[in-house]
Amino acid sequence: MSQNLETAANPGPLRRIAIDPLSRVEGHGKVTILVDEANRIHQVRLHIVEFRGFERFIVGRPYWEVPVMVQRLCGICPVSHHLAASKALDVVVGARRLTRSAQMLRRLMHYGQILQSHALHFFYLASPDLLFGFDSEVSRRNIVGVATAHSDTARRGILLRKFGQEVIRITAGKRVHGTGSIPGGVNKAVTAAERDLLLQNIYEIIAWSRDAVALVKRLHNQHPALYNSFGAFRSKILSLVGRDGNMDLYDGVLRARDENGAILFDGVEPDQYLDIIEEQVKPWSYMKFPYLRALGADKGWYRVGPLSRVQNCDSIPTPLAEIERREFMDYSGAMPLHAPLAYHWARMIEMLHAAETIKDLLHDPAILGGDLVVQGARTSSGIGVIEAPRGTLIHHYGVDENDLVTMCNLIVSTTHNNQVMNEAVREVARRYLDGREINEGLLNHIEVVIRAFDPCLSCATHALGKMPLVVELRTLEGDLIDSRARD
Amino acid sequence: MNPIAADLKSADMDTPRKPKVRIATTSLAGCFGCHMSFLDIDERLVALLELVEFDRSPLTDIKVCGPCEIGIIEGGVCNAENVHVLRTFREQCTTLVAIGACAINGGLPAQRNHLPLATLLQEVYTTRPGLAHGGIPNDPELPLPLHKVHPLHEVVKVDYFIPGCPPSAEVIWTFLSDLLAGRAPASDRRTIHFD
Ligand code: SF4
Repeated sequence: MSQNLETAANPGPLRRIAIDPLSRVEGHGKVTILVDEANRIHQVRLHIVEFRGFERFIVGRPYWEVPVMVQRLCGICPVSHHLAASKALDVVVGARRLTRSAQMLRRLMHYGQILQSHALHFFYLASPDLLFGFDSEVSRRNIVGVATAHSDTARRGILLRKFGQEVIRITAGKRVHGTGSIPGGVNKAVTAAERDLLLQNIYEIIAWSRDAVALVKRLHNQHPALYNSFGAFRSKILSLVGRDGNMDLYDGVLRARDENGAILFDGVEPDQYLDIIEEQVKPWSYMKFPYLRALGADKGWYRVGPLSRVQNCDSIPTPLAEIERREFMDYSGAMPLHAPLAYHWARMIEMLHAAETIKDLLHDPAILGGDLVVQGARTSSGIGVIEAPRGTLIHHYGVDENDLVTMCNLIVSTTHNNQVMNEAVREVARRYLDGREINEGLLNHIEVVIRAFDPCLSCATHALGKMPLVVELRTLEGDLIDSRARD
Repeated sequence: MNPIAADLKSADMDTPRKPKVRIATTSLAGCFGCHMSFLDIDERLVALLELVEFDRSPLTDIKVCGPCEIGIIEGGVCNAENVHVLRTFREQCTTLVAIGACAINGGLPAQRNHLPLATLLQEVYTTRPGLAHGGIPNDPELPLPLHKVHPLHEVVKVDYFIPGCPPSAEVIWTFLSDLLAGRAPASDRRTIHFD
């Protein structure tokens, strides 16, 4: 294992190389590498460099503001935060069981989010590396390059994302930061005209999603040695699965497996999350490091997201995606596939599943109306867990008798992957950079493996830190408006 | 074709060899939602790419902003790194645009402004439920946070402000079309939101 690259024994004389900012990922992060005179690598760290303090400043706000406010953590997966907060606050308003219409409308919104986020990540952010090569020219390695060289692929990527965004607009009211979900249910149904608009395109969307799976498989099969080994290391996995064991990205119970795929625990109710997950802080990142409490910080880290979910569930409850899952499982054989680049394959299978699920929901009359909100006996706290595009997302709130938030704890998807992403960049650094003259193309290898996880560093920056140096911020006229010094 | 796209295209055809307009974009203390709304111009992106090219942006691997005609920034200023990036954008870009509530007034992240930084640090890193080894991150690699989150115009001169959280794709598209065609940007008031 490459854990020993976390901290150099004697950093003093080493040269520092930084990848700053990480690009074609969502949010704010950087990688620093310490090398000696022979370019041997001594330390590699993925830092999350920003903060929000959301968990603290939400305290004192009325609970009903939360599902709308919390979306502003992340503009790529706002629906995930919107729904995880709503689910937690369902418990607070005593809505133990939502109406069928509310459930189906929230699911429709959520699968729209999965579809658009997966399309965005693959086509706009990650595909240039995979189509052109990890060390291809910088000027071409982006969506513009894809639009030029593979115009049909780019156009489909744009339209797949657009469709997901339209599902969100129709269910949530607007494409980014909508308001459709509220504690206890939803505030609007879909009209027949809106449904028909989506139905016009859904079969094409399903067909293109299948093609996207085929494209990733082709890439994988062209370079199996690379795709199966790049940045690969063994880890435990965690996700929600439906109560029947099948893939369910909106609701279910927690299941974890060890490195060999054996079940560590299963059927754990999401509101028991504090019994199974613990977090630690490392001084060099604002992102915390979670691990399975029973196994401890050294052995208990795990990964979440598409690669975990596709291998953690018993089956996928839509036919085309299930065929793809079986092929994926046959490919990996008896042992789980741990290769980060297999994330892309799993992600496209999930995109296909989302498209199929949207089709089924559009044919369900429950989305057109009926009772949308329920309430019951108030409680003072609630926990909501959902599978966001990037993995398990946990929201936990306390609310007092005046309706004000008293406590908030969030574990966002990307935070779960903190340790595994650090492991992956160390693995790549060791294999590709160690002892070599480091250039831009080699450094992009580090970013390629980070991108495979589709990290959402914005989501992961809701905490705060304290820093060295003194900084002063002055207006154009020279008046001091802010300063900060380490104490 | 959408009339604005046609407009852009014909503008392009009049001057076929005109060099592309260089645009840089970045997110400071923002959520990327404004960038998402920009991408919500959907297929019009392809028409736009005939007229513009991207410098530093979350969509490219250019890490430092070079000389550009247009710089677009989402998010306010919450740490030393943001100040540095913002000043570089101001130096490099002829026209600087603040997009979204965060860039214009701090937005949601500015909700922390009424709390002392130390309180936030303590509570988030040392007293959360389920936290085994707490401690406040303090590595020199992490940029220094400011006491408060500031809007862009408190730090540099800003040429245009596009309100909304995020502004809709229509508003962003109209703005860019106007700017690229050399018109004074003007959006229909009904399309502008201040949410
Ligand atoms: S203005 Fe709204 S959408 Fe834009 S960065 Fe800020 S929170 Fe996100």
